Amino acid sequence: MPRASTRVTVDRRGMLRAVGIHKSTSTGYHFRCFAPFAAFFLSSIFHSSNSPTARPLSFASPSASPYIVEAMLSRSSARTAQRLARAASRQPHLQNVSRSFATVETDIFKPTKFGSKYTVTLIPGDGIGAEVAESVKTIFKADSVPIDWEQVDASGVDSGAPGSAEEMFRESIASLKRNKLGLKGILHTPISRSGHQSFNVAMRQELDIYASVCLIKNIPGYNTRHKDVDLVIIRENTEGEYSGLEHQSVPGVVESLKIITRLKSERIAKFAFAFALANNRKKVTCIHKANIMKLADGLFRRTVQSVAADYPTIEVNDMIVDNASMQAVSKPQQFDVMVMPNLYGGILSNIGAALVGGPGIVPGCNMGRDVAVFEPGCRHVGLDIKGKDQANPTALLLSGTMLLRHLGLDDHANRISRAVYGVIADGKYRTRDMGGDSTTHEFTRAILDKMDTL
Amino acid sequence: MLSLRAVAAPVRRQCFAAVPRATATLSFQNRRFYSDKVAKFQGTKNSDGRYTVSIIEGDGIGPEISQAVKDIFEAAKTPIAWEPVDVTPILKNGKTAIPDATIESIERNKVALKGPLATPVGKGHVSLNLTLRRTFNLFANLRPCRSVAGYKTPYDNVDTVLIRENTEGEYSGIEHVVVDGVVQSIKLITREASERVLRFAFQHAQEIGRKKVRVVHKATIMKMSDGLFLRVARDVAKDFPEIEFDAELLDNTCLKMVTDPLPYNDKVLVMPNLYGDILSDMCAGLIGGLGLTPSGNIGDECSIFEAVHGSAPDIAGKGLANPTALLLSSMMMLRHMGLTEYADRIERATFDTLAEGKALTGDLGGKAGTAEYANAIIAKL
Repeated sequence: MPRASTRVTVDRRGMLRAVGIHKSTSTGYHFRCFAPFAAFFLSSIFHSSNSPTARPLSFASPSASPYIVEAMLSRSSARTAQRLARAASRQPHLQNVSRSFATVETDIFKPTKFGSKYTVTLIPGDGIGAEVAESVKTIFKADSVPIDWEQVDASGVDSGAPGSAEEMFRESIASLKRNKLGLKGILHTPISRSGHQSFNVAMRQELDIYASVCLIKNIPGYNTRHKDVDLVIIRENTEGEYSGLEHQSVPGVVESLKIITRLKSERIAKFAFAFALANNRKKVTCIHKANIMKLADGLFRRTVQSVAADYPTIEVNDMIVDNASMQAVSKPQQFDVMVMPNLYGGILSNIGAALVGGPGIVPGCNMGRDVAVFEPGCRHVGLDIKGKDQANPTALLLSGTMLLRHLGLDDHANRISRAVYGVIADGKYRTRDMGGDSTTHEFTRAILDKMDTL
Repeated sequence: MLSLRAVAAPVRRQCFAAVPRATATLSFQNRRFYSDKVAKFQGTKNSDGRYTVSIIEGDGIGPEISQAVKDIFEAAKTPIAWEPVDVTPILKNGKTAIPDATIESIERNKVALKGPLATPVGKGHVSLNLTLRRTFNLFANLRPCRSVAGYKTPYDNVDTVLIRENTEGEYSGIEHVVVDGVVQSIKLITREASERVLRFAFQHAQEIGRKKVRVVHKATIMKMSDGLFLRVARDVAKDFPEIEFDAELLDNTCLKMVTDPLPYNDKVLVMPNLYGDILSDMCAGLIGGLGLTPSGNIGDECSIFEAVHGSAPDIAGKGLANPTALLLSSMMMLRHMGLTEYADRIERATFDTLAEGKALTGDLGGKAGTAEYANAIIAKL
């Protein structure tokens, strides 16, 4: 029988830490989690109340579903979780400003659940969003996934009516705040200065979904120029170059501010190490440009290094962003988990997506303390192929299965991801971006057929 | 906290002082700063009909690869006389500087070739590359990448040309600690510097016979700074009606280049500092690393052509180093000086030698030494 034990400690730096050691006889898999990431790891504990005993973490046929290993969740009983939370909240609250993220109560995330169904916000987004979201809905419905979608058709494309885009955007934020969980396509951002600020960025800042996770891994059966790529890009989502602070000192001279704070660098670093630990990864690489931006990126790099001291089992190194880009296209196999500020994440996630076959197949998510939004890892709107029934729904589907695992619905997640990988491996139905000529509908149909055989 | 601010302020002043402006009067209207050709080579031949070029041999493997280049130039009878100069940094008024004799030499010759320099590791030390760039106001960094036939990578037939703004942008060096734990780093984009590099990009496209210029930007997020760069590009493009101009989002460029670099073979890409830094190294990665890519730093007065790879102290002095990057940089230099036929000849010999694969250096999987490789090229000449 699996056994779960819990202890709460205060480490030498005054950091409150709840450590849950979970041992399951079948896998021998250990996980630890601590307070700041409770949202990330404890979520399933709360929602698996229907199963009173701890279940072993599923590692079923990893070859069929590469992303199973990335399951962000771990299993335990509801009682364990409650004990954890109770014990943690009894600890005296430490008055340390830079550690203010180490509280527990609000970290444990509780999505909306009515009856036996979860309500999840669905924002299809612009471009190919509507088509791929349709595909996800069809497949989830066919598998009887207990999710009610609350669809908000926010759009970044100017529809002409003043204020209407902003209104829908506010509605989507409200819905996400209510439901705590979302599946989202990408919203278009205009280039013109009169155009609105990026809704994608505004949403991440407003909901404080600070950690973007982008999973880059070769899909079995789909060969690209590079083999055995398996890396994770963890990107700070709320500050850096995307602060949105710009001004024109005099005409023709513009300053754009890049903001790096210790607080946010620390929480993204902790997220990265906790992720690496929970997912059995060996190495965390910090990407920076501290040789030029000595203060800003220097702070980021130092912070990552100081957080690394708390994780002696994980190897840590750092690399300058231009060298990292060069290495990524020549020897991507050397990378494992990569953690970086905002802009570099944008660059490297695109390079990474190109290594394994494009934005259509790279899933991702944005994690915050309260809200988790799952969206394709390589954020492309795809306005050029909008409405042509050519879009590849794989990225959104796999992001959807990550959402299912986040909810503890692993059976559904496994079935769907296995069907997706199965169809791609068979090679008969592939969308245009993967070198096939199937339409989105045909590809979806093939996945549905595959699910029947599983 | 106060003391930190105090430290930040001089950095700021220093930086403004260190970026000299090409034009003395700064106009606030949308007027053009450059009407004729930017960065034209103005060197003259000396009494025996040769151009004098300052050569900074560099550290580590620098002297060996410089010797290889000199030998090959000698064999090709290029009208070049070398003038070795030293750039060992000195401290002038507490700031890193290069010796006056070196500055004079490069200013006189208008052109220099530079081997790899080992930047002394130490806090607060400005890198020599940056010092050179600032001293001579080298505003554009030109980075072509072409696949080498003898060296197999996952990408074939790559032939990209990237031009990077070299003086401002994210690398302005203006940073300060606002309060403890909060740092602001300023990305500076000015119309003047943008126009200068963009004009150079269009002119370079004309020179190398490419019909398209593409600006890489992130104006969706940085609407004002990258937006300004993009607007200036549109303005400059009007002066070059025969060249097709378009713009692409940084994300798309990264994605498409790594997926398939071939569509970029007919374009010149131009971009602000940071993007250029990252993308030019990424392109080098596509063709096999920095050992095969040349680089030129173009300024109004002087230009410095260099090998961007490291000084490889581990193999220094053993005669094993690969001089290709420096050699290709020197080809760029010859073209910049108008000695195109020499450049073409040496380049053909180099690529033939690489394609043959008989006399490759260790980094390319061969067994030859620097001298053997150089002799193979000389034999081809």
